Amino acid sequence: MNPTPLRFDVPPFVLTGRVYAAVLNHVAQIRALGDAVNRPPYKAPPRAPALSIKPRNTQARDGDAVEVPAFAPALEIGATLGVVIGRTACRVPVGAALDWVAGYTIVNDLSVPLASHYRPAVRLKARDGFCPIGPRVVPAARIPRPDALAVTVRVDDAVVWHGDTGQRVRGVAQLLADVTEFMTLQPGDLLLLGAASPAPQAGPGQRVAIDIEELGTLNHTLIAAVP
Amino acid sequence: MKTARVAYAGALHSATPHAQGLQLADGRVLAEQEVVWLPPFDVGTILALGLNYADHVRELSKELTVTAKDEPLVFLKGPGALVGHRGVTRRPDGVSVMHYECELAVVIGKTAKRVRAVDAMAHVAGYTVCNDYAIRDYLENWYRPNLRVKNRDAATVLGPWFVDAVDVPDPHALALRTLVNGQVTQSGHTADMINDIPALIEYLSEFMTLQSGDVILTGTPDGVVNVDVGDEVITEIDGIGRLVNTIVGDAAFGR
Repeated sequence: MNPTPLRFDVPPFVLTGRVYAAVLNHVAQIRALGDAVNRPPYKAPPRAPALSIKPRNTQARDGDAVEVPAFAPALEIGATLGVVIGRTACRVPVGAALDWVAGYTIVNDLSVPLASHYRPAVRLKARDGFCPIGPRVVPAARIPRPDALAVTVRVDDAVVWHGDTGQRVRGVAQLLADVTEFMTLQPGDLLLLGAASPAPQAGPGQRVAIDIEELGTLNHTLIAAVP
Repeated sequence: MKTARVAYAGALHSATPHAQGLQLADGRVLAEQEVVWLPPFDVGTILALGLNYADHVRELSKELTVTAKDEPLVFLKGPGALVGHRGVTRRPDGVSVMHYECELAVVIGKTAKRVRAVDAMAHVAGYTVCNDYAIRDYLENWYRPNLRVKNRDAATVLGPWFVDAVDVPDPHALALRTLVNGQVTQSGHTADMINDIPALIEYLSEFMTLQSGDVILTGTPDGVVNVDVGDEVITEIDGIGRLVNTIVGDAAFGR
């Protein structure tokens, strides 16, 4: 993987490299958990937005090859909308939250498939290269309805998932409002809306392409990790 | 050598300890209260350990099912969580338990990828003190400890000094303690870490490349208690530093 920082055009679309990812944000995923949300270890359904962080070592560019660890036959493809923050966002009101957005991009929040949502699972989610981003940031003015964008995931040119950015527990505006209640986001930070569930999977030797309407296509490959 | 980053008289400065407080690189000698203390280095990825002291695991064992043999419990933070020495941290009105956590912070100085424990210390640039607050009311069993507990604005205190690794011959031989309003409430020793620094660097660098400026917050020992608005909380580690923070309420933030 090339460790060179991502370079995106010009301000205000220069990314800070700080990526916060909503997880468990697809209505169907919570529904599929059923009564398990009330049983140990969870004991209650999620209240605040469930989030994970994709640190700088995870960030990869359009066209990169991502290593799949030997212990995992395949990775989950977390095809998600990436929301690029445009101005300092602290306690933004839900009704105007989209005013804090500079633009949108495509992100693959890759993960080794999780057996549980109890722990942050950093070893399974924050591996080198596990957050391809790109290919560009599209200005928010061109995306009036970020919660209704068609999403298609292809593996080796076969469509493995098709849907849209809707049916989220929290849409873009609500997510921004609830996250910035306790953590301030800065211009260039990325907040990921979260993928649909069940997520498709792909393994070493395969090509992954994620299309999001109006945003283009993010391409990368998966390769076997060198032992 | 110990260095700090401070704001003074309209500019950012590097500073070193002085008998009267601190000395800026330009020669000015100042009292500790005259400057604004920032986190003492340019912080990259922030990695934190939960349950890394055996006594703290016992302290929490009534509500947990972990044992010392489990995989290290690692979680991540963003830079907005940080605040420097002599800063303030908000305790939201109405919460029932907010507690400090005194921790040794290990700063990476050289890229580390698949580093063996035996070679790990060569990748450490130095150390500082961390007070990693948690608000237990917000704990949820989803991606626990969740960000609402552990990635709150200005609730991870870091500093005051960055201490070069060469000046800390054995980072596993340091006494650490917390004082709330002058009373010692937490007392421990870095020898009691379940996963020591080389083990943590080996574990983390197996799956993620650690880079210069990344910091590992190595967990806290037994003795965390609730703190309230107005409390002065001092976390200190022998030879590393004495980190002061004050708890404020919602009113200070216009809430």
